[in-house]
Formats: sequence, structure tokens, C-alpha cells
Amino acid sequence: MKETAAPKKKTAQRMKDALERFMQILFLICGFIAIAFVLVVTVYLILSGLPAIREIGLVDFLFGQTWASSQEQFGILPLILTSVYGTAGAILLGVPVGFLTAIYLAKVAPPKVAAVIRPAVDLLAGIPSVVYGLVGMMVLVPAIRVAFDLPAGDSLLAAIVVLAVMILPSIISVSETALKAVPREYEEASLALGATELETYFRVSAPAAKSGIAAAVVLGVGRAIGEAMAILMVAGNVANMPSLFSSVKFLTTGIASELSYASGLQRDALFSIGLVLFLFIMLINVILNVFLKRSKED
Amino acid sequence: MTHTTAETMPVAGKKTKASLKGLSPRRRVYEVGMRALIYAAAALVVALLLFLLGYIFYMGLPNLTWEFLTSEESVLKGTEGILPAIQNTLYVIVATLVVVLPLGVGAAIYLTEYATNRRLVTAIEFATETLAGIPSILYALVGVLVFCQALGLGKTLIAGSFTLVIMTLPTIIRTTQESLKTVPQSYREGSLGLGAGKWHMIRTVVLPSSIDGIVTGCILAIGRIVGESAVLLYTVGMSMVLQDFFRDGISSLLKSSGSTLTVALYVYAKERADFDLAFSVAVVLMVITLCINLAAKLVGKRLRKK
Repeated sequence: MKETAAPKKKTAQRMKDALERFMQILFLICGFIAIAFVLVVTVYLILSGLPAIREIGLVDFLFGQTWASSQEQFGILPLILTSVYGTAGAILLGVPVGFLTAIYLAKVAPPKVAAVIRPAVDLLAGIPSVVYGLVGMMVLVPAIRVAFDLPAGDSLLAAIVVLAVMILPSIISVSETALKAVPREYEEASLALGATELETYFRVSAPAAKSGIAAAVVLGVGRAIGEAMAILMVAGNVANMPSLFSSVKFLTTGIASELSYASGLQRDALFSIGLVLFLFIMLINVILNVFLKRSKED
Repeated sequence: MTHTTAETMPVAGKKTKASLKGLSPRRRVYEVGMRALIYAAAALVVALLLFLLGYIFYMGLPNLTWEFLTSEESVLKGTEGILPAIQNTLYVIVATLVVVLPLGVGAAIYLTEYATNRRLVTAIEFATETLAGIPSILYALVGVLVFCQALGLGKTLIAGSFTLVIMTLPTIIRTTQESLKTVPQSYREGSLGLGAGKWHMIRTVVLPSSIDGIVTGCILAIGRIVGESAVLLYTVGMSMVLQDFFRDGISSLLKSSGSTLTVALYVYAKERADFDLAFSVAVVLMVITLCINLAAKLVGKRLRKK
């Protein structure tokens, strides 16, 4: 009996060790898959984006002023400028409102009120972008048409307002977190020196949380520049040079509006737009990480 | 100053009547003006949400009938229905989670339990952050290129689900990792001290105590999938045909194309200008979003209690 039990135990032990090693390798592979995904995304976006740029010419592609895919004219300057202006507009509208709301939630609001508003902000973040687009189409676009006496309300302005609303939740929650992390001592010192509450929040707390608030703004920029479906429904989708009341095409909506039917060079050009957008996003991510790291160090 | 306690303790929500007496007029205006601005901003955010909810339900509810939810679109019968879209949304959620859950939880386990190489951890974390920052329209491009074309899947549920796997992976990894970190080190030491192997320890001690975090990750991922439209429009397509899971079996189901709720909304609104139906779909989406937010909150509360 003893003689058979010993080898059995050994095999059991060996099986156990093998299982342990197998699981470790399995988990390692899972970890590597995340890296592989990023590589696949990057490689595909670059490889598919290059052919059209090579054919059209980098300068003509980036700085060409007409995007008319039916006439084989692929200049994306209007799209780039629209994305930049649209994002800037959304930030201009969304950041002040978001920042002030964050101060209210982090510093001023009674806990019970904050407990109602915070879920409301989360809910705003969860609303699908097509729903924002739909409401924008039905409310905002007609309102702009009537208010400014335009032939059509689909415009950069409509897109900016929709984007501003869509980036609000991320700006609010990231700045609120940053404001809450400001050490109490700073505020107490300021109050003890005779500053009023709001002077303290704006002149002591906010500067102390500036890296976190900057991160919130950059995150908002990333959200705004990457949004496609909502603004596809309100921006009118004509590749004009951007102006507030004209119908415009963003980098994202340029891809989204033509991807379903494009072929040949036009399709390749859409992938090139994707590459340009990807580079924008990577740049924003780098800046975001700088601010996030700095706010962690603060 | 008579109310010294109020002067020193006004931070962190403690109610105070800040005295405006003794302030210069300029500072008084600043105090009152800024306070008004803050309240106005918060009120605006709340009003915005109330308006959105009210408007969507007001526009959508009248047309939202039981028949609309449970039938398919048919010219012959003259019915409009979004049952196919509801089904497709569910199929996409399930197919995505089945793949992304083991992958994401596995990666998180590797990062928190096994990884010893600092550089590899940084690389994986950088990768997940990058994935989280990529907008969905770019995922749509990648999905079209990789899954629909290169792998020859065409516009199918499976191609869309694979694309969504890449998109939701960061969410699952991050939430799982956070909850794994909350498991006390003493649990692990206790288990290992009793002679358990590492995998045994993870399976019996670590995973059960971090299940809430994993569930939160799932809920967040479901939220993203339900709200996603760009990826699904281009990788799954927009057909509105009812699938029969039991008749067709799983493989033909995954190889079929079909629109989810968001895509159906987009098609109704943008391509057909049928806004009544679009708002009805919007109501359904809002109800789902509300449920998801509520569920995430409940699970999160349980997690914090621990």
C-alpha cells in the first residue's frame, strides 16, 4: 500500500505544479493580449492610412481646402479645422459650467443635495450618443434655425452645444475628484487668514487642484474630438470651411458619413482621416498622462 | 467675530452663514456673484438632465406600445417593431462578455497577482490606457479592416462583438484590478500558508472576495455596449430581421447581420426621418441606461461596505 501511495502522491503533486504553471502562463497571455490589441489597432490604422496619403500627397491631403469625394478631391483641412474649432467651442462652453458644478459638488453642496446631483451627472454620462444626436436634431437644430434666421439649423454651433453637453460629465467628475483631494489645511489656513469661503475655493483650492482640473479639460478635449454619431446627426455634413452657422464636417463625421458606401481611393482616404484622428488622440493621451501624473504627485 | 467655530470649520459641506459684514464692497460682490454662478451651473446641469429625460419620455412614450417592443418590422403585416434590435443588442452583449470577461479578468489577475516585471506591468497598463482613450469611430475602422475584411467575417454579429471586445477590455481590466487590490494581503498569506498553490489561492480566496468589482466591470461594459453605435453600424450592419436562436443555432446567428437598438434609432432618425419611432427607441435606451446606472450604484455600494 505504502509503495503505491507514494508515486500517486507524486503524480498528484506534479499535476498540481503543471496546473499552476499552466495557469500562470494563461494569465500572462491575457496580459499580453491587451498589448497585442493596441499593436493591432496601431498597425492597422497606420498601414491602412498611408496608401491614400501617398497617392494624394501629404501636403495636398492635410492642407487641401476642398473635400469632394465625388470629384476625387481629398483635402482635409476643412475637416481638421472643424474638429479643432468644434472641440474648442465645446471646451469653451462645457468647462466653465463643469468646473463650477464641480466646485459646488466638492465644496458647497450639502451632502444630501450632492447625493442627488452626482447620480444625475453619471446618468448624463451614460446616455447613448445617438440619443443626444436625436434630441439635438429635434430641439437644437430647429431652435438655431429660428433664432438666427437661417435656411437650415444643421451647423457647427449645434454640434458645439451637443459636444459641450456630452463632455460635461467627465469634466465634472474628474475636477470634483481633484478638488476633493486638496488638503483641508490649505483651505483652513486661507479661511483663518480672513478669506471668504468662495475666495478660498477659487483662489486656494482650485489652483491647488490645477493639474487634476487640467486633466479634466484634456479628457474633455479627447471626448469631443472623438465623438462621431451625435454630431453626425446635427452638423449637416458638408465639408465647408468651419463657420459657426454653416453646415460642417468633422474628422469623425467625415469617416462616419462615407464609410458605408465608399470604395477605392475615397475609402483609403477615409482610413487616412482615421490615421490623422488617431495621431490627434495619441497626442491628447500623452498630454493627459502628464497632467494625471502631476496631479498624483501634488 | 463672534461665530469663531463657524469661521474655522466651514469646509466640507458644513453649513455656515458666511458673514459678509466687514468685507469691502468688491469682495462682497465677488462672494455673492461667485456663489450665484456656482448654483447656476449646478442648476443648469440638473435642468439639462431633467429636460432630456422629460423630453424623451414625452415624445417617445405615446408611441411605445407592447406590440412595438415584441414584433418585427413587416410591410405585409404593416407592423413596426424593434424586437430584432432588442435581440441583437442582447446577443452582442453576451457574445462580447463571453470573450472579454475571461481575457480582462485574466489580465487583471496577472497584473495584480503574478507580475514581477515592472516594465511589463507598465507596458500593459499603458496599453489599456491607450485603448480606453481611442474613440469608437476608430474602433469602427479597425473592426471593418480586421474582422470584417482581413478575417473575412463580413458585417456580422461576431465581427461586431470582437471589435467591442477590444473596446471594453480596458473597462474590465481596470475595475477587476481595483477590486483585486482591495482584497487584504492577509487573506492571500493565510491561504498560501496553509499550503495552497497560487492558482488555488486565487480561485478560492481572491476571486470570490473581488466578485463585486468584476460585476461592476461587467455592468459598465454592458453600458458601453448598449450605448455604442458607430462600431455596430459599420461592423454589424442595420438589417432588422428577427433571428431565431433555437431554429438557426448559435453559429448562423453569429454570422448574421443586424441592427442593435442604437443603430435602429439612428436609422429611424437619420435615414427614414421617422422621429416618433426614433423617440420610442430612445425611451427604451434611456430605461436601460437608468437600470444600468442603478445596478452599478447598488453593486458599488456593496463593494464600499466591505
